[in-house]
Amino acid sequence: MAEDMLIIKDLKKYFPTEKKDLYVRAVDSINLTIKKGEVVGLVGESGSGKSTTAYMVMGSYAPTSGKIIFNGQDISIPAKKRPLTIKKNIQIVFQDPGTSLNPQRTVGQILGLPLRVHHIVPNKDMNDRIIKLLDMVGLSEDYMYKYPRTLGGGERQLVAIARALATDPSLLVLDEPTSALDVSVQAKIINTLMNLQKQLGMSYLFITHDMSLMRNIADRIAIMYLGKIVEIAAATDFFQRPLHPYTQMLLSSIPVVLKAEQELKPKRIRSQGEIPSPVNIPSGCRFHTRCPQAGEYCMKEEPSMVEVFNQHFVSCHLYKK
Amino acid sequence: MSTPSILNIQDLHVWFRVYGGVMKVLDGVDFEVNHGEKVGLVGESGCGKTTTMKSILRILPRQAIIPKGKIIFQGHEVLTMKWRELQELRGQKISMIFQDPTAALNPVFTIGEQIKDTIKYSGIAEKDTETIKNIAIKALRDCAMPDPERIMKNYPFQLSGGMRQRVCIAMALATASNLLIADEPTTNLDVTIQDQVLNLIRTLVQEKGTSLILITHSLGVAREMTDRIYVMYAGRIVEMASTQEIFEKPYHPYTRGLLNSIPKLTGEGMMVGIPGHLPNYLNPPSGCRFHPRCDDAMPECRIKKPPFIEVNNGHKVACFLYKG
Repeated sequence: MAEDMLIIKDLKKYFPTEKKDLYVRAVDSINLTIKKGEVVGLVGESGSGKSTTAYMVMGSYAPTSGKIIFNGQDISIPAKKRPLTIKKNIQIVFQDPGTSLNPQRTVGQILGLPLRVHHIVPNKDMNDRIIKLLDMVGLSEDYMYKYPRTLGGGERQLVAIARALATDPSLLVLDEPTSALDVSVQAKIINTLMNLQKQLGMSYLFITHDMSLMRNIADRIAIMYLGKIVEIAAATDFFQRPLHPYTQMLLSSIPVVLKAEQELKPKRIRSQGEIPSPVNIPSGCRFHTRCPQAGEYCMKEEPSMVEVFNQHFVSCHLYKK
Repeated sequence: MSTPSILNIQDLHVWFRVYGGVMKVLDGVDFEVNHGEKVGLVGESGCGKTTTMKSILRILPRQAIIPKGKIIFQGHEVLTMKWRELQELRGQKISMIFQDPTAALNPVFTIGEQIKDTIKYSGIAEKDTETIKNIAIKALRDCAMPDPERIMKNYPFQLSGGMRQRVCIAMALATASNLLIADEPTTNLDVTIQDQVLNLIRTLVQEKGTSLILITHSLGVAREMTDRIYVMYAGRIVEMASTQEIFEKPYHPYTRGLLNSIPKLTGEGMMVGIPGHLPNYLNPPSGCRFHPRCDDAMPECRIKKPPFIEVNNGHKVACFLYKG
């Protein structure tokens, strides 16, 4: 089995609010590992803390407590204090390429910056390297002199991917890279990303709310709800036997196009209620307010992660050993 | 007129005057909605879905011109209507739910004030405060809002996205309209909330016998909600069929491309996608506007516009691959 590349241990992030003792508990003690060359999908609704997790891995936020270990090295320190070699190895692609690319720089300049900061190539080889990066994502050499505003949404995202690849990272964090794009364009981006992943042997932490997309590309999926991971399993297991009531609700809510897909979905569970605020997290199991199977016990005690099947973990009282 | 259709759009062209020329956005749209029918309009962003809907309500921006076409609603031509008739149309007969409920609600008025105003000016009830208030509360309750009296006193920012969209639906349906236009009503919402909102629209529309036009870019949403689907590409309808048929036997290369682009729950692996992107409307491609992106393009696609013809019972397509 491949070695663990990234280990997230009891990671927490609390943001202070105006009131003294009240915190936004965005990420509330999560555990997750990513192996070398593995694609892990982190799925959840908005406000579930998936992006906060990504930013902590990137170093944009310092964790409130807990550890992030990357290749045996503790990196749960702010990005400013991280050594350059770590930063070089973890790169990110953001959701909206319209705002993540500098509008005043050409594509060539955008791709050149990480090369210069990390001293990847000597100045005289800069252009060749930029052309090679563009080629990796399937863009032609002419794009070097274009400005982001002249590109379509899909092309911009390809430039953002090329920029992330510039430093030859071993872990790529993808924060909803295709949710701002149309499906016809999404397919191209995803295919490019997956081909690169195979070629370069990178690991992906893929953050998304799209379960059907994850089904097709992820090795393992972690479902997040209100700052906690409620279920982790291999992508295929999720659809064969979703365990957590929230996962079942999520899967049954997905609008699908094929009859075969319809049959795969769990029996219709009408989703009810709203996602509670992360400031005021329900007691006990945090899903009990929306759970169709919640009992009295669920309101009192918080369930812990148990392994129900091989490598299939769930945090729910229904599956207590 | 006693046609079964409530809305009939024929050969609609909408152009926009912009700096640098004229954007020829809609290029002959044919669209029909029957009484009590649920119709989906599907296409990529920027293909003219919203422009079509806005022209029905005549709420296009000032730069827009309509050089050609007809919009007939309940036997009346909308494009030549006077201001008073239009107000009546917008208030009582056609309601619209917009994509972004945060932008659709005024942030400085309470929900109650806004919903009561809508009811007051739609002219459906006597203008007495008590009746209007009761209609508003009932509308909110119909939309599964807990504690409507309290919600009425809240401002939009105090509600979550799903709640705001429900307020917009309540407003749209409170005025007892004949046609509801839902413009991507759930695009900004999470899947579980999307499920709730769609279910709500479905139930309410069924109860009141309202016709529905659902605009969406998600084929999955269209499949769950509609009886019939129009597929739009670059300002033209390229395919129309019953919902079941469009998923089982898609004809147009664009529809097939869209279906292949969607990641499937069955896990068939890679999606295919459609190469290229939407054309520039200032200088759209000649002939069939899809030909630069089409794998099956033939020489004649470059020259002539394919007619929108019926190839199968009730299944229309605009493509030279199919002859009626």
